Amino acid sequence: MSELVRKDASELSALLSAGEVSAVEVTQAHLDRITQVDGAIHAFLHIDTEGALQAASVVDSKRAAGETVGSLAGVPLGLKDILATKGLPTTVGSKMLENWIPPYDATVVTRLREAGIVILGKTNMDEFAMGSSTEHSAFGPTHNPWDLERIPGGSGGGSSACLAAFEAPLAIGTDTGGSIRQPAAVTGTVGVKPTYGGVSRYGAVALASSLDQIGPCARTVLDTALLHEVIAGFDPMDQTSINAPVPAVVAAAKRGDIKGMKIGVVRELGGEGYQAGVRQRFDEAVVILESLGAEIVEVSCPSFDYALAAYYLILPSECSSNLAKFDGIRFGLRVGDDGSRSVEQVMSQTRAAGFGDEVIRRIMLGTYALSAGYYDAYYGQAQKIRTLVAQDFAKAFSQVDVLISPTAPTTAFKIGEKLDDPMAMYLNDIATIPVNLAGLPGMSLPIGLAPEDNLPVGMQIMAPAMADDRLYNVGAALERALVAQWGAPILNSMAGV
Amino acid sequence: MSEAVISYDEVLEQFDPVMGLEVHVELGTRTKMFCGCSTEFGAEPNTHVCPVCLGLPGALPALNKIGVESAIRIGLALNCKIAEWCRFARKNYFYPDMPKNFQTSQYDEPICYDGYLDVDIDTDEGRKTFRVNIERAHMEEDTGKNTHMGGATGRIHGADYSLVDYNRAGIPLIEIVTKPIEGAGKYAPEVAKAYVAALRDILRNLGVSDVKMEQGSLRCDVNLSLRRTPQDELGIRSETKNVNSLRSVERAVRYEMTRHAARLLAGERVIQETRHWHEDTGVTTSGRSKSDAEDYRYFPEPDLVPIAPSREWVEQLRAALPENPAVRRARMQELWNLSDIDMQTLINAELLDLVEEAVAAGVSVDAARKWYTGELSRVANEREVDVAELGITPAMLARIEELISTGALNDKLARQVLEGILAGEGDVDGVIASRGLAVVSDDGPLLEAIKDALAADPSVAETIASGKLQAAGSVVGAVMKATRGQADAARVRELLLEHLGVSE
Repeated sequence: MSELVRKDASELSALLSAGEVSAVEVTQAHLDRITQVDGAIHAFLHIDTEGALQAASVVDSKRAAGETVGSLAGVPLGLKDILATKGLPTTVGSKMLENWIPPYDATVVTRLREAGIVILGKTNMDEFAMGSSTEHSAFGPTHNPWDLERIPGGSGGGSSACLAAFEAPLAIGTDTGGSIRQPAAVTGTVGVKPTYGGVSRYGAVALASSLDQIGPCARTVLDTALLHEVIAGFDPMDQTSINAPVPAVVAAAKRGDIKGMKIGVVRELGGEGYQAGVRQRFDEAVVILESLGAEIVEVSCPSFDYALAAYYLILPSECSSNLAKFDGIRFGLRVGDDGSRSVEQVMSQTRAAGFGDEVIRRIMLGTYALSAGYYDAYYGQAQKIRTLVAQDFAKAFSQVDVLISPTAPTTAFKIGEKLDDPMAMYLNDIATIPVNLAGLPGMSLPIGLAPEDNLPVGMQIMAPAMADDRLYNVGAALERALVAQWGAPILNSMAGV
Repeated sequence: MSEAVISYDEVLEQFDPVMGLEVHVELGTRTKMFCGCSTEFGAEPNTHVCPVCLGLPGALPALNKIGVESAIRIGLALNCKIAEWCRFARKNYFYPDMPKNFQTSQYDEPICYDGYLDVDIDTDEGRKTFRVNIERAHMEEDTGKNTHMGGATGRIHGADYSLVDYNRAGIPLIEIVTKPIEGAGKYAPEVAKAYVAALRDILRNLGVSDVKMEQGSLRCDVNLSLRRTPQDELGIRSETKNVNSLRSVERAVRYEMTRHAARLLAGERVIQETRHWHEDTGVTTSGRSKSDAEDYRYFPEPDLVPIAPSREWVEQLRAALPENPAVRRARMQELWNLSDIDMQTLINAELLDLVEEAVAAGVSVDAARKWYTGELSRVANEREVDVAELGITPAMLARIEELISTGALNDKLARQVLEGILAGEGDVDGVIASRGLAVVSDDGPLLEAIKDALAADPSVAETIASGKLQAAGSVVGAVMKATRGQADAARVRELLLEHLGVSE
């Protein structure tokens, strides 16, 4: 393994700007690493060797010509296959879009390209981002670099696994109910779901529009902040994006000073249903935060108990509508069009063949929940819970600066273990969902390995809307203390892939 | 196959009609409702499209502010309340002409609601005003257009294949829905027609749409039901779709009344269904039944933020509204002192604007009316263009009228001036100069011409001298002919009588 792939984005950035290494060399090292390990990991669905090397060489030329380039120019990245990339397949992990090549770039992709960030390829995911294990990908599961028998989280398991396997130092994920944070937790990496509206969703294939948010993933808090700064900011193409300055996330990640901060532990997100090792590492991390000068208080958010139920009404409702466009008429898969069938039959056969079971399950659920006569009882009630969740957060943030909880109730489970039990799968997101319902920012960062299985545990940090910088400040402080305690980043303790 | 109907008079003896009119207006915005694609009509299929209006995965809508402004202005012109806060909603159903398989529309939170429009109709007791209450006017996007190839009917059933053009998909629409229109009785068809006509005038006057019914930029759906007496509950309604001319609106209401009545009198139930209007045969035929009513699964559109038009903005738009066409007409009729019939002639011929401009340019009302309804309408008709397109400006008419009043031109010469302008020979004075058109005002040549005319028909001088002054006409005519129309006929008559020593 080239030493280059062990380096963080900020380290690579320093080497690149000092001219000690070229972007092409960095890119090639990562492409080699992918060739070496991705057969076992399967983090990538498409690898764009040619495009990546070309982008890298453009960055090198610019640097050579003395042009100003972004601080992450030449640093490679794995892009979740849910973001539209012009000329590059965008499958969303589904047979439905297996051969679809978008004619346009997502706003985030445009910003990455403008920053000179090198897109290595598209990472694997649960089909249409529905799942917590990446097992629902139509193109086969991704394996957790910590233990190839285990899941890398989901839906963005490809993005988390490519970081943990040193295939890329940066990745982009999307988070509707935890799809950035839970994969980060179970792979020992960092992931942030920004404030709703903080990053443009234009070009991200929609799962649930009111919950979806694109976010940065990396191996360190600082790298995550650097990437956050590149992708965030107002975009007129997304009417839900916020027209306000991006929170100073990089400065916060460099600061890491929590003296005098008030940190709330959410009573409802912990305890029963949470693995003992997860609870143990969480409790230890709380002690560290206290030792760093923070005041720890317990807060109660009673409506969080209903968040999962509300989420599984709102999400399927929106997704049943968002996924209606996949009908074989304009793009993607078309089945049964042999001249003997009506348009309705072709649409129906296409959808039956193109969607996996989990997708169909959620479309059916959502179609039912929005139906006349059921709307008030399901969608309407769920929206009320959503309001209550937001009120609980508002009340909590009147007392504390940030909230914390374990990111996921368990460490990475075995591939196949929960595949036939949707409820067990859904419960993985029990701690991450409230943040999406309220549109708030949340981070997951590694806080150690669970003693019983030696697998990574993540802590979730939650902040008020547009206070994403607080996540980075607290995360940086905790990361610094933990790395000092461990003597090295946690991924160094992972057995080589 | 047409259904049984009964005579209109029989319907009225036994039933009371209730109507509901839904009008879709395509706004004349430059770009679509949620993307920057052009709204221009008639482009090559699928050339005015982008990821947003094609509903490609990942694309998101961005609201056209002019679309919202137009909706508010329409609402204000229809005396509606303007919502302080409203949202778009998704109307979910599968159809190949709908790129996203949901239409971005408004559901229970329309931007405009609770308005009315007063329309005038001719009744047995003279002209009367009828108030049509408006339930709502809301914003939505148009669908694409399917063309079904092969098969006899042009409909999807029986077609070999279908083509879809998404150029129209995403063009802003305003749907204007009336409350049930009750109490129109036998005038229901006229009220329906008058309402759509008045609505069309208002929309045109606002400049928000080209309101061309034949091109589909204004489309009308007619809902109709009958009940025995006005005290009864509403009957079962039919929805006749895409009735696309004013005359058809009237005919469709009348036809549906006679069809419903025939069913009810035969002891059958009216089926709640969509019906297609056939312009050529004047009947409706059954479309899809609404008994398995579609469930559109409306929910608030999460990709767009709520719209909260500030009261300041609404008031600014209200203050800048053009004068209501009906109010304007009443004002002009009074100002110009015209009879109802004369006014109606101008309105029907769509000459009101031109006459108003000509009057403003200094032409008398009578002269302006005479030119526009007479000579200019005749020429426009001949050339198959609108009068406004002839290129005769109000300033030109004013100049002609000025020359007539000073005696430099007469009617006949004025027509020649117009002919010259229409032939592209220049403006009024240019044509007069190049054609050498001028009233002969020198009495010498006129007297010579009079003497010639009397010499040609000696008996006429005696007739006139004996007091039969009407005989002078033939002499004046001969003089006019001899001078190729360039004489002032009144002066010729004067000179003739003087010459013969006769007084009026």
